[in-house]
Amino acid sequence: MNAPVLEVTDLSQDFGGLRALNELSLTVGTAEIVALIGPNGAGKTTFFNCVTGIYTPTEGKMYLHDAAGEKHLLNGRKPHLITAMGMARTFQNIRLFSEMTVLENVMIGRHCRTKAGIMGAIARDGRTRREEQDTIDRSYALLELVKLQEFWNETAHNLPYGAQRRLEIARAMATEPRMLLLDEPAAGMNPQETNELKELVCSIRDKQGLSILLIEHDMGMVMSLSDRIYVMEYGSCIATGTPAEIRTNPRVIKAYLGESDA
Amino acid sequence: MHRICKAAIAALWFMLLTLPVLGIKLNTVTNTVVWRFDRILALGAGIFVLAVIWDWCFSRKAAGQPLVHLPQGFSLAGLLEAFRNSAGLRWGGIALLAVVLVGMPLVGSFYQTNIMISALLYVMLALGLNIVVGLAGQLVLGYVAFYAIGAYTYGLLNQFFGLGFWACLPIGGFLTVLFGLGLGFPVLRLRGDYLAIVTLGFGEIVRLTLQNWSSVTGGPRGVSDIPRPGFFGMQMDIAASTTYIYYLVLAAVIITIVVISRLKNSRVGLALQALREDEIACEAMGVDITRVKLSAFALGSCWAGFAGVIFAAKTTYINPSSFTFMESAMILSMVVLGGMGSIAGVVIAALILILAPEYLRAFSDYRMLLFGAIMVIMMLFRPQGLISGERRRYRISALHGNEGDRS
Repeated sequence: MNAPVLEVTDLSQDFGGLRALNELSLTVGTAEIVALIGPNGAGKTTFFNCVTGIYTPTEGKMYLHDAAGEKHLLNGRKPHLITAMGMARTFQNIRLFSEMTVLENVMIGRHCRTKAGIMGAIARDGRTRREEQDTIDRSYALLELVKLQEFWNETAHNLPYGAQRRLEIARAMATEPRMLLLDEPAAGMNPQETNELKELVCSIRDKQGLSILLIEHDMGMVMSLSDRIYVMEYGSCIATGTPAEIRTNPRVIKAYLGESDA
Repeated sequence: MHRICKAAIAALWFMLLTLPVLGIKLNTVTNTVVWRFDRILALGAGIFVLAVIWDWCFSRKAAGQPLVHLPQGFSLAGLLEAFRNSAGLRWGGIALLAVVLVGMPLVGSFYQTNIMISALLYVMLALGLNIVVGLAGQLVLGYVAFYAIGAYTYGLLNQFFGLGFWACLPIGGFLTVLFGLGLGFPVLRLRGDYLAIVTLGFGEIVRLTLQNWSSVTGGPRGVSDIPRPGFFGMQMDIAASTTYIYYLVLAAVIITIVVISRLKNSRVGLALQALREDEIACEAMGVDITRVKLSAFALGSCWAGFAGVIFAAKTTYINPSSFTFMESAMILSMVVLGGMGSIAGVVIAALILILAPEYLRAFSDYRMLLFGAIMVIMMLFRPQGLISGERRRYRISALHGNEGDRS
């Protein structure tokens, strides 16, 4: 594994008496695709919410490394600051700005990389206009990346399900992340769409050198796509390794299929 | 047939319900009971007709057909679209509108100019609230409080310090922004109904303070003898000064429309709309929601402040009863009726809601009834408002090339 981008040590999250995450440690390297799998309720999405600043973890440390290799603590930072540091995510239950157009959705992602304020908006000076045109063009380029360019002026909620998931990826990409968190990107997709998604994720990693952390239930996709896999159960990490190692790990098989000799 | 039956049942039910109130009269002279079946029958017939129409409307709605068949391709949004597409039509329309608006006080009577001034003030208020409710999706019910703060800023600063209209206009705007931020901070975490209740409380607090702090605000007596705005020290009679205020408000409304439409289409405006759609996604996409929410409150409240100062100058007398919850509700209805977030829609709705009751004074007994009926029908059959789904035009370099690039 090359230089780490995301580094999490002993992360725990309690909700009242319930321990949703239990001393979870995880590292994602540069341009690495890591999958996080486990049965429903294992705490995968909770982990995403901690890392992106939506929840404040009870214990543990989370670091994001910048391009210069410097470590930045994520604990206690607000979500928008974490996004500005280079962490972007998609949501399990699609959270698009559904009444806005496809292009506008992506443009929001550029918010933290642009500066125009209220005064600029009212004056519409050259700089504001140039910035806006730049935002529009970059957003359109991202729509081309996820092959949604022909729908750019469509209202987001009119898109088919698979397209909405791809739009979420484009929106996350617009924040210029170093680390991309994908929460069940293939959920509800047909096999052909899943294949296209796999190609998209690979090309994002290969061309842009992004690190990707993926929650997914589609095992075919997980096994073929990821460099390493973390398996979670009841908030703890029960196994980690390459896809080949995970496939034969007895604890993982037990967690997914139950005891073999009952 | 089914529809007739339903209507008949509704009519019978209504006749039964109203029988004790409408159908029986006690003649106190002769001590006899008079039965007035003719009235009951007339009522029943009326209800029957209404119920048939009502049911027909709903069946049309259920079938997804419009209530009225407009000529092919005609709709308010379509009309706007046509205006946006054709430069000739657009400039023609604007020129016509300009002639009507500018010529109004010269042709119309003093009374009509006055009505128009208050209508335009409401346009300003509705546009301001439209930022908070329509764009940012924060349901604020005490908006009239900002209007009151603006008005009292001028009234009191003039009474105690002798400040003039032009000095108070920016001060009023600034103070309402401060109050807007002051209200914004504690309600950052609230949304929906809770936000509505807190802002409703804020509106009442402001009104009650104005009403009871007699030593400063004059209590229920209000502030009187507020001077009308001056025009380079010129002395004007009431008619001339009303005309002057009319042009002043007109200019203010035009500035409001220009500024708000620019804001709406900007980076900040986009963030406001994203906030309305989904707060969590908004945060995760790197938008500082604290900042965006506070900007929404500040940007929304300042227009009410300006409108308040102008209102005080126009009426020369203000008291707390001009700033009741009813006014807030009225402004909110303009935003909802016009279509959340739509500038053209809100302007039209504000003009209709203020001008219609004025010109319907002939039916003064029924005008509130009519008003209520219109609101109910509107919400049932067109909940998205007069104009909805306006869309900004984007020019994408990759598609449309770089020619005509003004940057």
